[in-house]
Amino acid sequence: MQPPKYRHLDTVLGGLLLVSMILALYMAFLGAPRERTMGDLQRIFYFHVPSGMMGLAAFGLNFVASVLFLIRKDRKWDSLALSAAEVGIMFFTIVLVTGPIWAKPAWFVWWTWSPRLTSSLVLWLLYLAYMLIRSYVYDPERRAMMSAVFGIVAFLDAPIVFFSIRWWRDQHPSPMLETGGLSPAMRPAFYICIGAFLLLFVYLMRRRYFLESARQEAERLERMADAVR
Amino acid sequence: MQDTMQYLFAAYAAIWIILAVYLFSIQSREKKLRDQLQSLRQLLERQTSKR
Repeated sequence: MQPPKYRHLDTVLGGLLLVSMILALYMAFLGAPRERTMGDLQRIFYFHVPSGMMGLAAFGLNFVASVLFLIRKDRKWDSLALSAAEVGIMFFTIVLVTGPIWAKPAWFVWWTWSPRLTSSLVLWLLYLAYMLIRSYVYDPERRAMMSAVFGIVAFLDAPIVFFSIRWWRDQHPSPMLETGGLSPAMRPAFYICIGAFLLLFVYLMRRRYFLESARQEAERLERMADAVR
Repeated sequence: MQDTMQYLFAAYAAIWIILAVYLFSIQSREKKLRDQLQSLRQLLERQTSKR
């Protein structure tokens, strides 16, 4: 749905994304050494953590776009906020699915109500509620206003998700880069996976944003057609 | 930590399924909108040429 002048850029971005994802998979499975305690199970970490990072970045972008919408009242910020919320939900779905798959053999339970897990689930539910609000309010101006306010309030949970493993005792592994838990041999794989997920984030955001812009264009044309009738 | 390979496989399969479903949903919405935009533009053209 992107304007023609951006199509070339999207082809390049798509190609780069494909190459980086193949490289990320190679590094996660073959490039990184086998972890001593957890064995191959630890390889989930290479896609789980970047998904969490991109999810939080997307919700952060939703917060910024929501604030800008309330200040400027420009619909483009609402489109950006919506795109970021949807992309963030997708990344957090990956986090909330792969986390329990890792937890079952590591902790012998699929789920535990630890601060990190609970606040992550609450964050995901808050943005699902954000999407529901959008689908129930028909008037575009009111919908944009209400969802901007809700988006700002919902983001209050994001710092709790981020700091939960630093503030409280948590069963969830501590931040490995900060505590030195990630060996130097594993770092290249981790950084390459972050790079690949960053490209995926940009790619999805662009596609979703242009889709929303096209939907607004269709709304505008519908109003014009109604006025001409 | 035995039989962890099946969990590793399940996790990566889940990631690709979630991604594929999301990409498919974007693609189908794009196609629907493209058709809608095209028919709306044609409708507007017809309406303006009648006037």
